[in-house]
Amino acid sequence: MNILTLCYLLASITFIIGLKMLSGPASARKGNLVAAAGMSVAVLGTIFLYRDDAGQRLGNYGWIFGGICIGGLIGTLAAKRVKMTAMPEMVSMFNGMGGLCAALIAIVEFDHFRRHAIIVMEGTTASGMLIPVGLLIIILLGLIIGSVSFSGSMIAWGKLNGKIKDRSFKGQHLLNLLVLLAIVAGAVYLLFCFDLSLMGTLFYLILGLALLYGVLFVLPIGGADMPVVISLLNSFTGVAAACGGFLYDNKVMLTGGILVGAAGTLLTVLMCRAMNRSLANVLIGSFGGGNTVAKSGE
Amino acid sequence: MGFFNWITENQQIIYIVVLMIFVGIEVIGRVPSVLHTPLMSGANAIHGVVIIGAIIVMGRAEPDNYLALILGFLAVIVGTLNVVGGFVVTDRMLEMFKRRKPKH
Repeated sequence: MNILTLCYLLASITFIIGLKMLSGPASARKGNLVAAAGMSVAVLGTIFLYRDDAGQRLGNYGWIFGGICIGGLIGTLAAKRVKMTAMPEMVSMFNGMGGLCAALIAIVEFDHFRRHAIIVMEGTTASGMLIPVGLLIIILLGLIIGSVSFSGSMIAWGKLNGKIKDRSFKGQHLLNLLVLLAIVAGAVYLLFCFDLSLMGTLFYLILGLALLYGVLFVLPIGGADMPVVISLLNSFTGVAAACGGFLYDNKVMLTGGILVGAAGTLLTVLMCRAMNRSLANVLIGSFGGGNTVAKSGE
Repeated sequence: MGFFNWITENQQIIYIVVLMIFVGIEVIGRVPSVLHTPLMSGANAIHGVVIIGAIIVMGRAEPDNYLALILGFLAVIVGTLNVVGGFVVTDRMLEMFKRRKPKH
């Protein structure tokens, strides 16, 4: 009997119950605590009970605990000190951190696979798939979605802060579309190219483009619409986390990530509806910001 | 052929994804609009499960693999920020929600 599996199952259930309770006024606060308790079980279980495919325990405990202490301390202080009016921007900041985490995992795993692929090449003369394509797709998805979520959330954070002003210029639509196309094209090309150094270059190029896309995506959207955008980016990060679940065959990451991805998408739509607008109107109609503000004011 | 093999090999995961999409939608379907922001914040904390991936990366990094050590360490820090900060900020939001309600 594997105790860790039980921990993950328990955590997945608390996430579902937590979300359910969070959507009712009377139970919301308790729901948050339930999900937090489940998260603690999953994290502690991973640290102490995780074994990889070869039955190896995790190492580098000093680094792990150090990172958790630093992150926990900064996170608690920041969340406790933030003014009530500044809470949405804090959420955006934390969301960006989650996206960054997913992107960093993708970078390390890609590097790992590349090293591994070199060994395979030296051993055999076969020139076929060096890296399982399915895993490569998951790594790329995690990288792209995580990076977009990270840079987008940072811009949203800056906008709510008042540090970044709305900016739009002619042809921004087209530029965004081109960047997105370049990311997709790069990713597809990477899947079918077997040159390891070219793969590396492409990978980091995609990383850069994805970061750029996050910035371009949020920059023209009006400051008043930021909560909707943050909710959308929130569901993006959920999907990026789920990619990690695919990668490690980790059911709790998968469950939590997809759950947030789905709930976050619906929540985004509900938020738009509460403002009497459609999501497309918020995302596209806001190009040339002043226009939409005037429209919604009428 | 490859596509069908892939589905067969990963059917467990695919089932989880499909079911979780419906669960996620159903579970928050009736949320009142006052709770939109706290719910967003709570969901934000939950996708912090990505920290588990960061812990695995960190724990598996070889001592001479500086890229994995540094990026893994950074990932653990930002992942914890997401989880801890997310839950604490949600709690504060709901606390003020509760306090305000009896007055009305």
